[in-house]
Parts: sequence; structure tokens; C-alpha cells
Amino acid sequence: MNLDARIPDGPVQEKWSRHLEHAKLVGPNNRPKYDIIVVGSGLAGASAASSLAAQGYNVQCFCYQDTPRRAHSIAAQGGINAAKNYCEDGDSVYRLFYDTQKGGDFRAREANVYRLAQLSHNIIDQATAQGVPFAREYGGMLANRSFGGVLVSRTFYCRGQTGQQLLLGAYQSMQRQIHDGKLTMHTRCELQDVVVIDGRARGIVVRDLITGEIRSHAADAVVLASGGPGNVYFKSTNAINSNATATWRAHERGAGMANPCYVQIHPTCIPVSGNFQCKLTLMSESLRNDGRVWVPRKKNDDRPPQSIPEDERYYYLEERYPSFGNLVPRDVASRNAKIVCDDGFGVMGEGTRAVYLDFKDAIAERGRSTIAERYGNLFQMYEDITDESPYETPFRIYPAVHYVMGGLWVDYNLMTNIPGLYAIGEANFSDHGANRLGASSMMQCLADGYFVLPQTIGDYLHDIFRDKVSTDHPAFSQHEQDVRERIGRLMGIGGTQTPLSLHRKLGETMWEHCGMARTAEGLKQCISDIGQIRDEFWKDLRVPGTADGVNQPLERAGRVADFIELAELMCRDALERDESCGCHFREEHQTEDGEVVRDDERFGNVTVWEYTQKGSPHIKHEEAIDFDLLKPMTRSYK
Amino acid sequence: MISLTLHIWRQNGPDDTGRFQTHRMTDIDPDISFLEMMDLLNEQLMADNKEPITFDSDCREGICGTCSMVINGRAHGPGHLCTTCEVRMRQFADGDEVWVEPFRSRAFPPVKDLMVDRSAFDRIIQAGGYITVHSGPKPEPNANPISHPVAEEAMDAAECIGCGACVAACPNGAAMLFTSAKINHLNLLPQGQPEAISRVLGMVDQMDKEGFGACTNHAECQDACPKGISIKFISAMNKQYVKATLIEPNERRGRLESQ
Repeated sequence: MNLDARIPDGPVQEKWSRHLEHAKLVGPNNRPKYDIIVVGSGLAGASAASSLAAQGYNVQCFCYQDTPRRAHSIAAQGGINAAKNYCEDGDSVYRLFYDTQKGGDFRAREANVYRLAQLSHNIIDQATAQGVPFAREYGGMLANRSFGGVLVSRTFYCRGQTGQQLLLGAYQSMQRQIHDGKLTMHTRCELQDVVVIDGRARGIVVRDLITGEIRSHAADAVVLASGGPGNVYFKSTNAINSNATATWRAHERGAGMANPCYVQIHPTCIPVSGNFQCKLTLMSESLRNDGRVWVPRKKNDDRPPQSIPEDERYYYLEERYPSFGNLVPRDVASRNAKIVCDDGFGVMGEGTRAVYLDFKDAIAERGRSTIAERYGNLFQMYEDITDESPYETPFRIYPAVHYVMGGLWVDYNLMTNIPGLYAIGEANFSDHGANRLGASSMMQCLADGYFVLPQTIGDYLHDIFRDKVSTDHPAFSQHEQDVRERIGRLMGIGGTQTPLSLHRKLGETMWEHCGMARTAEGLKQCISDIGQIRDEFWKDLRVPGTADGVNQPLERAGRVADFIELAELMCRDALERDESCGCHFREEHQTEDGEVVRDDERFGNVTVWEYTQKGSPHIKHEEAIDFDLLKPMTRSYK
Repeated sequence: MISLTLHIWRQNGPDDTGRFQTHRMTDIDPDISFLEMMDLLNEQLMADNKEPITFDSDCREGICGTCSMVINGRAHGPGHLCTTCEVRMRQFADGDEVWVEPFRSRAFPPVKDLMVDRSAFDRIIQAGGYITVHSGPKPEPNANPISHPVAEEAMDAAECIGCGACVAACPNGAAMLFTSAKINHLNLLPQGQPEAISRVLGMVDQMDKEGFGACTNHAECQDACPKGISIKFISAMNKQYVKATLIEPNERRGRLESQ
């Protein structure tokens, strides 16, 4: 497996500009001769598809939704970071780089992170030009708020719907390209296989979710922007149809999977309320700007929060982390919520675990109307779900699976180890290390899609000029046959369990053993549970109806089959990474007061897994990480 | 726990005539969402070897606009300012009869059961619902200040999730609330001015071509809109449209089909 990251020479600050100066290009007259496939239409996919089409390439974009505007990026609430230093509070490109590297616990590539920080300005400029209505101050200037893990205000926002507005900006640019005939959109289509011919990605096989037709599409490059696999855990903040099929199929065809065990558990979500719940709702991290997190000092205190006096409240984040307080990074906030609940201080409501997020002081200090303007829609959302008003009684919150930092391995150009196959956005592993800071995922998706990929893809394409492959190539019919057989197998088991019930079982064991805290013993147990679930799945699954039309249980069955495989790899990765770092917390490696203990000697690297063949164990590879600008240090938010 | 009688629209494809099918659900936890109840019903149907009900949903937190059911005659069901996925079972009483239908409109062809085709909305956007900018360096946003009220009003319009409840709620099947929200989001902002005229003309014409009806001021759309978008945007759109038609074609700004 070729894991040359192709990071340019020179000082970190100059790598990206030097790279652009020397990258090979495809001329405007030749771009219409190239076909590019983009899978996924979220922030990364939509921004890449529209930018590539605007440059003149022929772009085909695929999504499972009925329109590209519905991709799950739309649910991102709080904001997007940029090192604009509008608040003159000491921000800079270096500071954003520093915060992201430290936040990621020194497990990301410096060159990528620095580039991300450099491009952050451009994203705000680009989105504003597209008509994204960022919040403005009364003087007409852009407004900022703060997010966890940083000491500056650099987050730009559109109320609590920043992801929606940024996605609509990218979606509208796509629609313009569709109107011009440069971009073809294939909605309600799901990727089933990636076609690799003579070592290069040459196309994909999809299933039309309306007609059930299995179809091939050929191209000169394939870009996967299919998001992350948080739904491995069944209950997550992801959209219920988000899945890992595209990245897993690419992995089975030879693409390396990097750091799959790095899973972010978001600290502020509405607690689980029942067995049938499949979706957890996130409450934006921006709430921690004004809300204070606490639990009762007395164990199993069952008094209502209002009647617990101030001196009997344990503001555990403020006490343990005085300099960052409630704005510690997500992994730290989540882990502390788990610790206080494990110790018996949690707020027990109807059998759920939770901590309080209280706006009492903020409302007293700033007034109800200011708080309503900042967070009104989030307060409303919480009240709709729980029937409790956060204006009157504190939010009850608990961590939930939210984002996966790991993903397909990519080089500096965002190309996987399969030439011509790219991965962008959450689908790749590149920028967030072992923990992602808030308001950074949209920044990465849009940097990848608007500014990086459109300028690096030419470097690959220019070489394969006139070397075309069409869907007549026998590899396509072979792949289509594989897909049909697989679907036939799923339809033909004729057992008793539904895809949803098996998915729930998988999620339960993953949350228990591969969630916020992991042990070698637990992970081994989880791998054995997964083996059992896999057996049950392939022996006792029931999918009703036929494969020749709309069949939602069949769609889920296909996704669950891939989640099962990925889950096992995530556990194995977590098991072999015998250290704690960022979100990956191995109970064997912690300080006395429960902070993570890294082992840079042995694990200051990226783990990349190579698929061999069905049933055989993966082969482990490593990419060393160089630290030129910022040496790893103990991460402290005290 | 509550029990309900559900009458759910079943239609096996666009050529089928469709009919209501009745199901009884018992022991429903009032805290679960309507769609979780539908998931449970589907699990039951599959256990009885019956075909589950096809319906659209994705984010399940009221922002993606995928879910689309008319519940007891109301687009997105009981409650105000919420999507189908945000409806909770506590909004129903024990023993209620509940009628569940798809979003119906000539311009939203049925696909299966409760799933419809809303691609007409994408084609309205293609007719001008964008600002023409390429990716690359752009001017500093603070060089062009936008006053707080203007930014807020643009955001009020931009909050549209494109679900189509406005169309389903309108006795005329009009898409005026959707189209006007999209037009005003961009036309209120200084960045949207260069293409403002071609935008309103192009999008309104496409809306008509798709077979949506006309507005006769029922205001049902505003009531059904999960994001509370105001019908003031419809009057603003009408004003802009009339003005735009009075401008000589060769003096209209922005890109037009004829150019």
C-alpha cells in the first residue's frame, strides 16, 4: 500500500502556496473532456461539484436524498470558524492551527491543518458573496461567537442554522451549474460499488432507490463526499439514512481506512428517552457560551433543580478547568459528564443519565430577550421534544455520538491511495486528529470542496488525458453482477429479524464497549459480539418486498451489513491503539484525575488499515506524523 | 401509554389509485415522536409478513425538510412551527383516529405510499435562485456592511427548508411561499442585486411551468410553514415581478434565457 502523503517541501506556512505554484494543471479548453463523479451533496460534495463544474469539467453528482439540499450538513447548528481576528482578541492563522492541532491531541498532519487555517478566511468571503446571511452587528459588520477549546471569538453563524445556510449557498451554486448543463444531478441513488480498473478509479455502480435499477457510471476521477459513519452506533445525531457504504466499498476495493476508532461524542445532546429512539438530537455547543453545566453535589439527589441551593451545586467544568470553564473541548466535556454520572451525581430522570445546562444566571444577567435572540430556536426545539422550557428549568443533556474523525486515508491532494479516487469532508481522516473542535467540520468540508480539491485534481487528471474508459468495459458488468448478487443474498435470507433490530443490537454493543471509555477487555468482547451479530444478520435477516422498486428495509439492510464490517475494524483499531488520545480514551491510560495519557513514542502516527479479502484480517500500516512547527505537549485546559 | 387507530394512505406507485389502510397501534409511549411510532408500526407490519409503509425522513430534527405527511388534514400534523418529525405522540389523545396522507399537489407526483416527488422545487431554483459566483478569492465581507435588520429579514426568508408544506396546505396548490422566500432571501441582500430582476422573472415563470397554482390569499401556507415564513414575502415578490415586467427586456439586469 502506497502511503506517500506527498506533503510539499518547505516551511509549513509556505507549503500550500508552493504546492499550487508547481501543481500540474488542466487547461480550460480541455476540462470539458473530463468526467468527474462526486458522491454525496453535503457541504463537501456540493462545494466540490459546483466548483469543478464552474471550472469547466463535466460533473455527475449522486445523492440518496430527493434533492441535494437535504444532505446532513444542513443540521450543523452553531457556526464555522475563521481566523479573521475581527474581535481583535489575538486570533491569527497560527492560533487557529495551534488550537486545531492541540484540540486534535497531536494526531493530525501539520501541513493539512495549517492549510485549513489559511483557507478559513476565504470560506467566509466566498459564502458571503453567495448570499449566505451571516449574523451582522448593528453597524453592519459580521458578528462572532465562541466555541469550545479556544480563547478567542472566531465563529461566524446564521442563528442556529449555519449549516443550513452554508449548504444552501453551495446547493444554489450547484443548481446554477445544472441549469448551464455542466452538472448532472442523480438524486435518490445510492453507491453500491467503486470500479477500479488497472489500479485507477474509473467509475461507480449505483442503485436507483426508486426503480431498483443497478447502473454504472464511468468517469476519469471519483470523489467520495459521503460523510461519516456515526450511525454505526445506531443512536447518533446523524440523519437516520447517513451511512458508510460508499467509504466501506472503496475500502474493500483497496482504499486505506485511517484511524477509524476516533469517534467524537458530542457533550450537549438531549438524553436518550426510550428504547425505540433511533435518533438523538444535538443542542449546539454555542449554548456553552452562556449556559453553565452542573450536577448536584449530593449523590442521587432527587430534588428539582430550582430547589437545589447554589452551594450544593457542583459546577464541575468550571471547578476542574478554571481557564476554559464551560468551553472546554468536546471530548473533555463529554468525558467529565460520563465521570460525574458514573460516580452517581447524574440527574436521573426516568432512567436516563444527564447533567444540567443552566441558563438561570445568563437570563438574569443579559435578559430573557437577548438569550432568546441568540438561542431561541434551540430552546424551542428542546421544549418541543421534552415538554420542558429551558427558560424555566435547566436543560438536561448527555453526550451522544456525533462525528467520526477517522475515515479514508488521503494524501495532501485529498487523493486516497487508489489513483483517481478522492475523499473529502468527513469521509476522509485528514484534519481533526483524535478530536475535532466545534465549528471546524464545516470549515474543513468547504475548504476541501471550494479551494483544495478544485486546485489539486488537475495534478492527477492531466496525466490521463485521452485515456478514457467507458461503461462498456467488462469490469463494469462484473461489478454490476457483484452488486446484484449481494442484493439477491440480502433479499433471499428469509429469516425473522428486521434490519432495524439488528442495527440496534450492533449499536448497543458499540456504545457500551467502543464509546466514551474503552478497555482491552471490552473491545475484545465487542468484537466477539459483532461476530455474533454478523452471523445472525446473514442467517436470520428478513427483508420484505422486492428489489425492483422502493424498498426502504432493503436500503437499511445494505447499510447495516457495511456498518457491521466497519464496527469490527473500529474496535480493532481502538484495541491496537494502546494509548489514550483525544476522544479515544483507554481506561488503562489515564492520570489520577482522569485525563488522557498519550504515548507519542509508539502511537504518534496515523494507523491505516488495508483490506485483504473477505474474512481475512486487515493489514496494519502506519504513517508517521512530523511535528515541525508545534511539538506535541500535554494538552491542558486547566 | 395511548392507543390509536391509524388510517394510512397506501399507493403502490404513481399508476396505482391508492387507498387508506387501517392499523391499530397500542401501548404508544407519549414521549416518542410520530415517526418513531411509524417505525414501530413498520416493525409490526414486517413481523406480520406485510409490506412496510414507505415514507420520507432523514435528519429527524426539523431542518432537512425531507419528512412530508399530512396528518389529520394538516401538513406536518398537529402543532405549530414544526415538521412531521418533530410531532410527538403526546399531541394525541388515547383512542384518537389519525388520518395520514402524503403532500398532495399536481406538481408533486406520487412515488409510493407517503413519498412524493418534489423535484419541481429544484427546477425553480435552477431558474435563478442563486448568485453567480465562482470559487476563489472574494472581497472582504465587512467592506460591504449589511444592516442588522436587513440581514435578519434575509435570514427570515432563508430559513425555508423546502419541505413543500406550503404547497400541500394551499387550496390552489401554489408554491408562492417557497418561491417568494427564495427570491427575497437573495433580493434583500446587496450581493443579490445584479441578478435581482432576472431572478424574479425566471423563478416565477418556472413556478408556473411546473403546474403550481396561483395565490388567492388563503394564507394557509404561512400557518403550515414549519419555519414560520411570512406571506409578506409573497407580496414583496409580486411587487418585484410587476416592476420587472415593466422594464424593457434589453434593459433588464442579470442573465436571461433570451440573451
